[in-house]
Amino acid sequence: MDQERPIIQVKDLVAKFGDMTILDRVSFEVYRGEIFVVLGESGCGKSTLMKHLVGLIRPYDGEIVIDGDELSSADSGTFQKVLRKIGVLYQSSALFGSMTLAQNVALPIQEYTRLRPDSINTLVRMKLNLVNLGGYGEFLPSELSGGMKKRAGLARAMALNPKILFFDEPSAGLDPVTSAGLDHLIIHLNETLGTTVVIVTHELQSIFAVAHRVVMLDRRTRGIIAEGDPKFLRDHSQNPFVRRFFNRKADENTLGEERSK
Amino acid sequence: MILLLQGRMDSTTAASILRDLDPLVKKQAPPSLTLDLSKVTYLDDFGALVLAQLRDRVSETQGRFSIENASENIHDLLAVLHFETFRTKPSLHKKPTPGVFVRLGEAALVHVSELKYMVSFAGSVLLALIYTGFHPRTLRAGDTLSYMEKTGVDALPIVGLISFLLGLIIAFMSSVQLQQFGANIYVASLVGLAMTRELGPIMTAIIVAGRSGSAFAAEIGTMKVSEEVDALFTMGFDPTRFLVIPKLLATLVVVPLLTLFSDLFAMLGGLLVGVGMLDLTASAYVTQTMTTLEPFDVFWGVLKSAVFALLIAWIGCFRGFRVAGGAAGVGQGTTSAVVSSIFLIVLTDSVFSVILRYWG
Repeated sequence: MDQERPIIQVKDLVAKFGDMTILDRVSFEVYRGEIFVVLGESGCGKSTLMKHLVGLIRPYDGEIVIDGDELSSADSGTFQKVLRKIGVLYQSSALFGSMTLAQNVALPIQEYTRLRPDSINTLVRMKLNLVNLGGYGEFLPSELSGGMKKRAGLARAMALNPKILFFDEPSAGLDPVTSAGLDHLIIHLNETLGTTVVIVTHELQSIFAVAHRVVMLDRRTRGIIAEGDPKFLRDHSQNPFVRRFFNRKADENTLGEERSK
Repeated sequence: MILLLQGRMDSTTAASILRDLDPLVKKQAPPSLTLDLSKVTYLDDFGALVLAQLRDRVSETQGRFSIENASENIHDLLAVLHFETFRTKPSLHKKPTPGVFVRLGEAALVHVSELKYMVSFAGSVLLALIYTGFHPRTLRAGDTLSYMEKTGVDALPIVGLISFLLGLIIAFMSSVQLQQFGANIYVASLVGLAMTRELGPIMTAIIVAGRSGSAFAAEIGTMKVSEEVDALFTMGFDPTRFLVIPKLLATLVVVPLLTLFSDLFAMLGGLLVGVGMLDLTASAYVTQTMTTLEPFDVFWGVLKSAVFALLIAWIGCFRGFRVAGGAAGVGQGTTSAVVSSIFLIVLTDSVFSVILRYWG
């Protein structure tokens, strides 16, 4: 981890949908080579934050700097350059339904490299092997299970070996074993390729397994209420809500607490 | 009044308990009602509904209501349901419905912003077209060919059949009138002119809008819902260039061709009526058609159909990109793609008629 030169800097980010403020003056940094998790309860703006980081939504106010380039003031050339540095695994995998897995993975490689078709084929097979999907190249996404789709989506996100990989709810809809396998894959990629990983999730087990550092968003203040090592926050956070979140305790006014009184 | 209830109070018994007790309590209007629940073996929220309605009934006549001998479980459940403070009548805090002017204004704003999106989408399509013109290698040729097949080749049978029948109908209808004047031969002129100038382009465009405009909207809409459009964007592809241009170019090529086929099939239909019912010879029919039609008529029809093709692809893709929500949104987008492209086709056709009237 290189704390001196952050790869992502978010400064005073404000996100709005119409008149509704989703994020209010959010600032944090992601260091090179770390596994960084954005977490929080449902509806706190995690996904909105990620959409800002990958350039899908322009900030209402504030700055997002990715590897030295500021996103909102970037011209289209710089913007394309930034997009080349990132890969995104979407919650629904977002594989193109009309293409086979191999074609899906090959798409960015064909677009951005001058490799010959047979070299691309070999590279695609290597990528699919990396996510344990060797031999599934000719399958359509609809013929695969949810976990396989996730892995195929990961293979496509990594097609050009981006510096930063974004994961939106990677374990949503997966069984515990598949989910743990995906965690291993994330750690493996982070260690071998040095890829910086940013994950948006609220899956606690996965957070404790992979995260180096987390920021926690809060729906009420629309900002960050905790930042740091997840295990430390679980045991020592000053904020009772943060401790409850990490210890998976229900809120006081819901059924569970009522019963236990 | 004390009522001793016994047995289960759940979804199967609640209705019948209410049917028995409610009229009784209403008739007697007791100053106080006490429900003894000691014999109740099971009570769920359906049972709680019974209690709540009886309580409301008693309170109508200012009576007092109480529950006795409820088990621990029942107490717990009633606490979770906030039974003490719960009223069956909805509260008076109704969400105010905005007045007619407010709603009118909101609708106007929505339409203005939709129009804004439409124009900006047209702009981005134009930019993408120009870019593709300068960088022909960026065109997804495989996709374009496959859309040509889906939009053109696959539509040929239905376009042919409908046009053939249409030619038949026009010939048949007009022959009834023209026969009175012994002007049978002008059936050929009428079918030829009506089809090439007006009906051929319009019919073809409407069929393509129904077949392919809807398909474009559904395809892009589904991709939008399943984050595929976002994925394209973050992979550095321009969604307009990737998704719209192949569809637009394919439609632009095949719709004029389909229109020509449509003209041809309609004339065949007319020919059938002419030869079969009006005692015309095939060669006389063909010669009459040839002398009536000028190259400009065919050109005009083809020009119109090219404009219709642009409209269909543009609206279809636009509606696809505007899809939000889930499956219902896709359905809505598809419907609106077909409806608005048919409307725009007819509207543009009338504009063309005016142009022809004053400059032709």
